[in-house]
Order: sequence, then C-alpha cells, then structure tokens
Amino acid sequence: METNRGAIAAGLSDAAIRLRKKKKRQLNLWCWSFLSVSLFFYILFMGWPIVSSIYYSMLKWSGLTKSGTFIGLKNYQNLFRDTVYWNAFADSFKYTAIAVPSLLLISLFLAYLLNDEHMRARNVYRTTYFIPVITTTSVVGIVMIFIWSVQGPINGALVGLGILGTPINFLGNGGTVFRTLIAVSVWKDCGTYMIYWLAGLQSVGRDQYEAAAIDGAGRWKTFLRVVFPQVLPTAGVITILCTINALKIFDLIKTMTNGGPFYKTDVVATWVYRTAFSSELGMPRMGYSSAGALLFGLVVIMIGLILNLIKTWLQKAQ
Amino acid sequence: MTSVTIGKKNRGFSIGRILTHILLIGVGVCWIYPFLWMIASSFKTNEEFWANRLSLIPASVNFDNFVRLWSKGNFDLYFLNTVIVTFFTVLLVLIMTNMTGYVLGRYEFTGKKFIKGLFLASICIPLVATIIPVYQVIRAMNLVGTRLGLILSSAGGGHVIFLLLFSSYYMQIPNDLEEAATLDGCNFFRTYLNVMLPVSMPICTTVVIMESIWTWNSFLLPLVLTMSNPASRTLAVGLYSFRGENIVDWTGIAAGGAISVIPIIILFIFMQKYFINGVAGAVKG
Repeated sequence: METNRGAIAAGLSDAAIRLRKKKKRQLNLWCWSFLSVSLFFYILFMGWPIVSSIYYSMLKWSGLTKSGTFIGLKNYQNLFRDTVYWNAFADSFKYTAIAVPSLLLISLFLAYLLNDEHMRARNVYRTTYFIPVITTTSVVGIVMIFIWSVQGPINGALVGLGILGTPINFLGNGGTVFRTLIAVSVWKDCGTYMIYWLAGLQSVGRDQYEAAAIDGAGRWKTFLRVVFPQVLPTAGVITILCTINALKIFDLIKTMTNGGPFYKTDVVATWVYRTAFSSELGMPRMGYSSAGALLFGLVVIMIGLILNLIKTWLQKAQ
Repeated sequence: MTSVTIGKKNRGFSIGRILTHILLIGVGVCWIYPFLWMIASSFKTNEEFWANRLSLIPASVNFDNFVRLWSKGNFDLYFLNTVIVTFFTVLLVLIMTNMTGYVLGRYEFTGKKFIKGLFLASICIPLVATIIPVYQVIRAMNLVGTRLGLILSSAGGGHVIFLLLFSSYYMQIPNDLEEAATLDGCNFFRTYLNVMLPVSMPICTTVVIMESIWTWNSFLLPLVLTMSNPASRTLAVGLYSFRGENIVDWTGIAAGGAISVIPIIILFIFMQKYFINGVAGAVKG
C-alpha cells in the first residue's frame, strides 16, 4: 500500500516535472523566437563586422576587388610607424580630454540654474538649449564653416565690440581650430548632458535645500555640500556616456574641418573614412583602414570597461 | 530663518534672479543664432546675402533658393529618400526593440544574461570600428547605393536605450493582466499582441520620436552607403555633396540646411516631452 502510494506520488511528480520542463522549453522557444529578428540584425551588422574586421585587418586590400592578399600582421606593423594615424589617435583623446570636462561642467551649471520649479520660462530655456542636439550634425558642421569664417558673425561681433582688431580665420588657423571645434561641440551637445543632470538633480529632495538654507548656506555652498555628493552616482554614468560619445566623434569634424588644417583636427574616424572610402590619397586601403579602426575600437571598448569598473567600485565604496 | 528664505522664494524679483535670466537669455540667443542666421539667409538673394551677411531679417521673403534646390539640386529626391529611410528604419527598430524588451523585461529564459550582456556591450563599440565590414555586408547583398541597404544597416545594432526603456517598462506591469489573458486562452504571442503591446504605447512613442530624429540626422552610414549614387542620398549627405560642388553658394546651402533641419525641429517642439523623457531614461536605467 505504502509503496504503491509512493510510486503514484513519484509518478505524479514525475509528470509534474515533465510538464514543467515542457513549459520551460516552450517558454524558451517563444522567448528566443521573439529575440530572433533583433539577434539576426545584431549579428549581421555588429557581431559579424567585428569578427570579419579581424580578418580584413590582415589583408592588403583596396576593398574594390572581391578579395585581398593575406599579409598577416603587416598592416599592424605599418600602422605602428604611421605618424598620421597616431596623430589622429592622439587627437581623438585630446578632443575627449577637453570636450568631456567642458561639456559636463557647462551643462551641470545650466542644469543647476534651471533646476528651480519657480523659475519663469524654464521650459522655454530648456527647449532652446536642446535644439542644437536634435538638429543634423552634418548640416550644423557646414553652417558653422560660415559662422566662424572671416566674414561670419562671430568675427563680426568680436571686431564690432573691439575685442579683435582684425578678423581671425578660426577654422583655417592651426592655432584656433581645435578650440573652435570644442566650442561648437559644447554648443551642440550641451543640451543632452543638461537633461541628464536635471534627471540626476531630481534625486535631491526639497527638504535638503531647505535644510541647507537654514544652515545659512548660499547657492554655491549648497551645491558643493548638498547637491554634488547626491548627484555623484549619476555623474559616473554621465561621464561614461560623454566619454564614449566624444571618442566616436565624426560628423562634425568631417563636415566642418575635414580633419584639417594640416591634420590639426584629424581623429581616428576621419582617418578611417579617408583611408577606406575616399580616393583623396590614391587607391583606398580597406585592409589597412580596418586595422586602424579595430585597434581604436578595442581601446574604446577597454576604456568603457575600465570606466564601468571604476563606477561600480565607487558606488560600492559609498 | 525659515520664513525669511520662503519669503525670498516667493518674491518674484531679486537681483540674483534677474541676473540669472539675463545670463540664460544670452546663452539662449547664442544657442539659436546659427539657425536664425540659416533661415534668414535662405530667403536672401545672393547679392543681398553678401551685402548684408549677418542680418537676421531678409529684405523680402523669396523662395528662389528653395525652388532652385528642390527642382535643380535634387533636394526633392533627398527629402523623399530621408522620409522613406527614416520611416522604415523606425518601424524595424520599433518592432525589434519592443519584442526583445518584452522578453527581457518579463521572462526568465535560458541565455537571458548572455543576451543582455551582448546587447549592452554594443554601447562601447564605435560605428567607425564596424563601418568597413557593414559596407561589405551591404555590398555582398548588392545593396550599396539603395535605400533598402541603408534601412537594413541603420536598423542593425544594439539600440541599448530602447531595450532598457522597454524592458523596464514591461517589468513593472502587474501580472494580473497576463494571467487574465492566459485564462482567456491566449498563447504567448496573443498575450503579447493583444494585451501587452497596447499597454506599451507611451514607450513606443518615445522610441519612434528618438529613432526618427537619429535616423533623420545620421551621417556616416548614409555617407558610406549612398554617396556614390545621388538617387539614394539622404538630406544630410545631399547637403554635404551640394556644399562640395558649390563652396560659396551660401544662400543655397542655407536653404538646403533649412530643408533638412526644420522638419525635425517642428517634430521636436511638438513631441519634446517624449524625447526628453527618453534621454533622461538613459541615465536612470
């Protein structure tokens, strides 16, 4: 009797387990079929490109013919001696090192000013500062050529106000082009980071501001002592996003300066484009360009990982 | 002490406040000046432009530049291409990220962690690192210089922000909805289609607005894929090539820029709530 019951129970639970397994299998099947389209596109335009560019980077190949000649690590050897590439590589980081702090500080300043529910026309300001963000970067880059030209409004204003004696060719002059690029970038992207900061500033409760006011802290002191420590976790995320985005810059440079004058604003993206797709310098070199792109891509991924580790570590330490 | 600060807050005018407004207005003027300049110049004749380059009010509103670009400069075609490419890319991205976000947000399935990591990793991968092979993939499909090639490659990628938006939204929908649907005899797909998908509409709007703006504005991918064939160029690439051929035709460039930028500014102004919420969601997620 006892054993019988046990056997039935075992049989039942067996059936239950089988049913649960079947259900799990069905669920897996559904979930993976829901993922399949995304995954297909992801593999085709993200996964496969990364794998194949490892192979491409070992080819001597113009990209115009069906296939190239396998030359092993020769492209990388040449790359290490290529001063134009390393100039672009350095410029990508120089740009990031200057643009990221400028963007983050100016956008934080604007966000802090706008983070006041009682302020009049707050939404009008927010919309206005956001407009450069949503407009086509390549169009902006072209318009900026005139805005910063000798005949353009910036020179017009500076000469008119007596700040400059004679107009400066901001984009044509090796000494000013980089700073001009940073200024345009800050103008273009500031709105995004302002929105990020505003989202972060919401975590600071009104009572905390009031408490600071009771202690007699001014706006600046309140910011340093109360607000800044609170937005620090968000600041980590914002810094990572801003850094990665800065390293990706292409559209603005391609249209505004095309890397010039004399490679003064040449970054890896413009180098890759020029080497792989344009015939400015004779035959395109897709294999060689792949090597340069891959090397830079790996460095960017590493930086992303390191920054993420630092962020997690800081969050744990808090 | 408290009453003093509250009193200060309620008083509409203080020197600090006025100074803040002056500063914010000054910044605002700098921020939109280039667009005002562009729109004003697009209405000027070439003579008027060089006589009065910086004025923001054209002597008369003449549409010659627009007509010239539209009928002789291929901008009618570029505009149509941009609309078509944007529409289908957005549609593809919306379907893919909604379905993926749904299963990532609501179900525990085998390999979920791996998939999540895989998509998240794409944030750090710059397009420039994959552009050459992407070009080769499209070339192997014989789609270089076509709208279809641009649509397919624009839809590829991680779309991490959208996945996060959808999965966190679906995650917080209570289970009762789903249970009721299952009791009604809905299978997995029916439950999704009839019950869950309609609930996700607010996020869909955000994704549509954001992806529309991004696709409309994208440059590197269309430059590589459509530069060779004028018939497939988007506005961003079209204006770039127009500038290459007409270096000092600033009224034409301004008109082309206005054609490219004004639709997106209008879309943004009316739908900014969705866009800004989406952007803010990127740091919260």
